[in-house]
Amino acid sequence: MVSRREFVRLCTMAGAAVGLSATAVSQIVEAAAKGLKPSLVWLHFQECTGCTESLLRTSHPGIADVILDLVSLDYHETLFAAAGHQAEAALQDTIRKNAGKYICVVEGAIPTKDGGIYCQVGGRTAVDILNDVGSKAGAVIAIGSCASWGGIPSAEPNPTGATGVPMILKGKPVVTLPGCPPNPYNFLGVALQYATLGTLPKLDELGRPAFAYGRTIHEHCPRRAHFDAGRFAEKFGDEGHREGYCLYKLGCKGPMTHANCSTLAFGEVVDCWPIGIGHPCVGCTEQAVAFRIPMHTTVPIDRPTPPDTYPPVHAAQGSISPVATAVAGIIGGAVIGAGYVASRRIDDKDTPEARE
Amino acid sequence: MPISRRTALKVVLGGAAAAVATPVTASTPIAAPADAVGLLYDTTKCIGCKACVSACREANGLEPDTTWSEGRYHAPLDLSARAKTVVKLYDDGARSSFVKAQCMHCLDPACANACMLGAFKKREYGIVSYDVTYCIGCRYCEVACPYGVPKFEWAKAAPRMVKCELCNHRLAQGRQPACTEVCPRQAVIFGRREDLLREARSRLAAYPNIYVQKIYGETDGGGTQCLYISHVPFDKIGLPALGEESTASLQRTIQHSIYKGFAAPVALYGLLGAVMLRNRRGGGEPS
Repeated sequence: MVSRREFVRLCTMAGAAVGLSATAVSQIVEAAAKGLKPSLVWLHFQECTGCTESLLRTSHPGIADVILDLVSLDYHETLFAAAGHQAEAALQDTIRKNAGKYICVVEGAIPTKDGGIYCQVGGRTAVDILNDVGSKAGAVIAIGSCASWGGIPSAEPNPTGATGVPMILKGKPVVTLPGCPPNPYNFLGVALQYATLGTLPKLDELGRPAFAYGRTIHEHCPRRAHFDAGRFAEKFGDEGHREGYCLYKLGCKGPMTHANCSTLAFGEVVDCWPIGIGHPCVGCTEQAVAFRIPMHTTVPIDRPTPPDTYPPVHAAQGSISPVATAVAGIIGGAVIGAGYVASRRIDDKDTPEARE
Repeated sequence: MPISRRTALKVVLGGAAAAVATPVTASTPIAAPADAVGLLYDTTKCIGCKACVSACREANGLEPDTTWSEGRYHAPLDLSARAKTVVKLYDDGARSSFVKAQCMHCLDPACANACMLGAFKKREYGIVSYDVTYCIGCRYCEVACPYGVPKFEWAKAAPRMVKCELCNHRLAQGRQPACTEVCPRQAVIFGRREDLLREARSRLAAYPNIYVQKIYGETDGGGTQCLYISHVPFDKIGLPALGEESTASLQRTIQHSIYKGFAAPVALYGLLGAVMLRNRRGGGEPS
């Protein structure tokens, strides 16, 4: 058992990680100290367990602190001690006891083709399990791109008809945390806010928390100055690449990708993300980008801003082409000629010869 | 009287000469509207961050001008149908200066004078604003403006004229223009023209060794509501030497002189009438 001091420190870290205020932290402490640890049910479907693996590597707070002191992890196929019927019984037990209160976390996509037979746990299809567990939950969090919108399993040609949680659980708000994997602190922030305050953070139209997905990578990229100055790595390993120049021309999806990778380090290792290690952002959070647009294809800039260069005060004027000069000359000449002919006719009628 | 070619040319040229020679009435200095607001731009304060360029584009809902950057940047080379303001750079090796260009909001605007239907007019706060319902797309304003400000939307099927209107939609909400709001160094500030002139004068007086001792726009081109103070000569940063007479007044002088006393039209149509009369007589005679 941790000391109170240690426990408050832990809760402060959890709160700080997601930007909760000091009063919210004290609420976390109180709620957790009273033993009102929220129940958490974690479902695995079509996934690689990468989301869980990244969650296991948090240290502020560490996952052990989270699952032992802050939440009651009642079902998680990776972190189980139990197995088989015992595990399934625990799931049913939790759902019954905490109906309408527990947090349902979904990791992995849900196959819908052929009656959903491509992913089954304990003899039930993923669709069935999700409809059962998800509909009775207090909050549903889809962790990772697979659970958020389909992820890798939904990539063309999508043989299993894989899709995300919001597409199955209609009419229930689903917090989506896309990313491959998503930053575990975004998950901890949402889960702990719901656990203590009973509220969800502000979400966008795709169910993504605004605090994490409110802007694009490009808008807060550590290499942005190089982009503005027009300094680009042209190919891997070239001079510009070694200098840490912008990776846009190598296919960086930062301009289209909403995520906070650039502002919240993964596992507290600074620069531990694609752009940090010199690889273009692959757009793993975006359904329109990840596993659809080839990794090294450049993407449009969403909201172009000015570059770091300036036009001169007196911009160079375009020169007039010889052809245009010739055309203008012909037209001008024709007008003068017509005028001359017209005046000749006035004159001609003046002369006695013309009257004869 | 039979008219020879010589006579005909004489009459026409004489009429034109008379029109040009008509004494130009010296116009009195133009008074700014009582509620005139404007901008004061100070080259010594601008750091060239172009926050104003971005903010202006967003506040006015303009498409990014990515023509010269393969879609990467909003990088207008000059004022354009997609850029109501642009920051340019003057650099001669020894001295350099940024300069923000936008509509000057002249006290006597050439665009409004050239506009035959009144699409451009000085309206509330003396802002030279645009009313698309009166615009026929003739682009006379574009030609008339001595600063090259109004721009035509060539790329659109239903084009409009585009130029800075001092964010009058934001002023209506009690907010200041987007460019002045975002400027991190108050290099461009918004205010009543009188206050801006006073501020400019005090800056010139405080740093006589730095500033060119002149407020561009106080009287230039008849006076403008957007004012500039600079540490490099104004012609270097793209502000033309216009004199105190407004461009519009020159346009008016020419137009008004031609029609003065209706002399030129009478002369022209009299001449044509004489030619017709003569031709009819000539035609009536047996050949």
